[in-house]
Amino acid sequence: MISIRLTLALWIAISIILYGCSSQRREAIPTLNWYVAGEPSGAFSMAAKRCSEDSGQAYKIEQVPLPADADQQREQLVRRLAAGDNSIDIIGMDVIWTAEFAQAGWILPWTGETAEQAKAGRLDAPLQSAIYQNQLWAAPFTTNIQLLWYRTDRVTTAPATWDEMILVAESLGKTGTIQAQGERYEGLTAFFISLLASNGGSVLDVSGKHISLAQQPTLQTLSTMARFANSSAADRALATAREDQARLAFESGHSSFMVNYPFVWPSAQRNAPEIAKHIGWARWPAAIEGKPSRFVIGGLNLGVSAYTPYPQLAFHAAACLTVARHQRMAAELGGLLPTVAALYDEPEIRTTYPFADVLRSSLNDAVQRPQTPLYNDISLAISRTLHPMRDIEPQKDFIRLRRAIERALNSEGLL
Amino acid sequence: MNQKQSNERRLGWLLCAPAVTALLVVTAYPILYALWLSLFRYDLRFPEQRAFIGIDNYVSILTSEVWWHALGNTLILTISSVTLELLLGFPLALIMHHTLFWRRAVRAATLIPYAMVTVVAALAWKFAFDPTTGFVNALLGMEQAWLTQRWSAFLVIILTEIWKTTPFMALLLMAGLTLVPHDLIQAARVDGANAWQRFIKIIVPLMKPAILVALLFRTLDAFRIFDTVFILTRGAQGTETVSLLGYNTFIVSLNLGLGSAVSVLIFIGVLMISVLFIKGFGASLTQGENAE
Repeated sequence: MISIRLTLALWIAISIILYGCSSQRREAIPTLNWYVAGEPSGAFSMAAKRCSEDSGQAYKIEQVPLPADADQQREQLVRRLAAGDNSIDIIGMDVIWTAEFAQAGWILPWTGETAEQAKAGRLDAPLQSAIYQNQLWAAPFTTNIQLLWYRTDRVTTAPATWDEMILVAESLGKTGTIQAQGERYEGLTAFFISLLASNGGSVLDVSGKHISLAQQPTLQTLSTMARFANSSAADRALATAREDQARLAFESGHSSFMVNYPFVWPSAQRNAPEIAKHIGWARWPAAIEGKPSRFVIGGLNLGVSAYTPYPQLAFHAAACLTVARHQRMAAELGGLLPTVAALYDEPEIRTTYPFADVLRSSLNDAVQRPQTPLYNDISLAISRTLHPMRDIEPQKDFIRLRRAIERALNSEGLL
Repeated sequence: MNQKQSNERRLGWLLCAPAVTALLVVTAYPILYALWLSLFRYDLRFPEQRAFIGIDNYVSILTSEVWWHALGNTLILTISSVTLELLLGFPLALIMHHTLFWRRAVRAATLIPYAMVTVVAALAWKFAFDPTTGFVNALLGMEQAWLTQRWSAFLVIILTEIWKTTPFMALLLMAGLTLVPHDLIQAARVDGANAWQRFIKIIVPLMKPAILVALLFRTLDAFRIFDTVFILTRGAQGTETVSLLGYNTFIVSLNLGLGSAVSVLIFIGVLMISVLFIKGFGASLTQGENAE
């Protein structure tokens, strides 16, 4: 009698445990967890809601917010993915993670119909950011690129090059400050790679496996950076400035130039309407006169985790989240630039972004950050070597930079 | 008799066995595994590229400016915080030892900062020094962004460490104070030694072992400083410490080989500090005996 009871109890216990384990991800309507940076305007959650409704009970998208800082987003995702966490279905990926995540086998390649859907009508640069080794790894969702913002009440025409801008700013005196990003983080790396690309150089060669860093353009880039940081036109807090510090400083009215992303435009209109009236825009300054500048592309692509129990549904959902109408919503509510080319011709978008044409031409010339699985290490090598910008000595730092990047490429460099 | 002794010895070992086994499992195994891993090129992102590379990881770290920079930072933090803690800990220990009223309450109150979770304490200091939300700038009439410059960031980190761990130092020193026989001090007083002389000539020499233990404990702790720096600056502004470097290599880059090598080097650093102190400790003991 006792043994029967005991067996029964054991059975119940075991079945509860087994049920507990298996039921975790076997709901009536599958829930797809979308790990993505928190989006305050609600454009992402609205897109998630619409896609869930349109799926006809096939799936439900649940947004899991990641920290605002891209480095911390990556840190969390990488830790979970390296452990094979199956609670991640769709990943909001910064464009610089594609190669790393693909090479590590953490995301699934896009093929067939959903791939065609994800590629349809996209601008080339954002699309290229989702491609690694001729394979599409994510659906381009939003994009981002810096422009030059300047005060039309102090400067009549936008300076075409960095040299010209520094000269004009110095001649303006106290209000001539140029706001830029000089903190030791990805922003400094982006600044360097863009200036290097505008000078005709690149960090890695075409294969993406070996260092390029040709001498002439690199030295040119380093000396421009040093010249800028040591000029009276640089903000005193340049060494700790990120995008947001630059924006706040510009909104305070004491600066005449700023290189920054388009989020500064709606912000200035909200926070400093008097100054916003006098804000002009132009392409990021060139390095060589007559040669268009090239800035690195940013933005968000949606990938599907390799550990999801519902890969087909996840591809479908990610494709749905990135369709043109959700991009329009993100552009209008959240200030996130769309990757669908046709949207830049729509009147609503052009009202929100009066600089849509400058954006499009910048995006057409945009450059990719090195598409290598070791990008994170390379980026750290660059920002560590070149921070603070005011201490750059071109000849010496050219050699240090080469050495640091070579170490990173060998996976042996300490950060 | 002999038989009994060996039996007792065996029983002693048997009684120790569970503890020794547990220690072997939780400390020896990870340490040896880390040593083993540090000889590989092993990136968790690309596990198929795992390869035995001997001491290359160590060569790479020891030739990197980043490592030496972090080591320098760690030593600055360790030396300055431990020195100040010792100087502040002594008066605190004397107060705790000599207080006549509410002895328990005084001791408990002194220990509160030490009882606080380091992350919470560090966050509190971070908020205090924040230019917009903090009270420090208002108090000093300054407009300083403390954590955005190297030396002021160091200052805040050191202050946080001191505030947090001086009570611990004081506790260890107080234990040393109880070792000093009361009649010895009375005798010195009768001989006409003033308070300072009594402190320097009698209390400090007798407390030497306790001081060295306190210093050893705190130096080892301070050398591995992680949480305070992680919360306050995340290693920015040139405040990166060796532990933070290990974290970045391990957790951010998922580079198990290189990360293990960093950990092993930190372990060696800790070992060197211990040896240095124990040698000093031993020397001071024998010196004392010789003198007597």
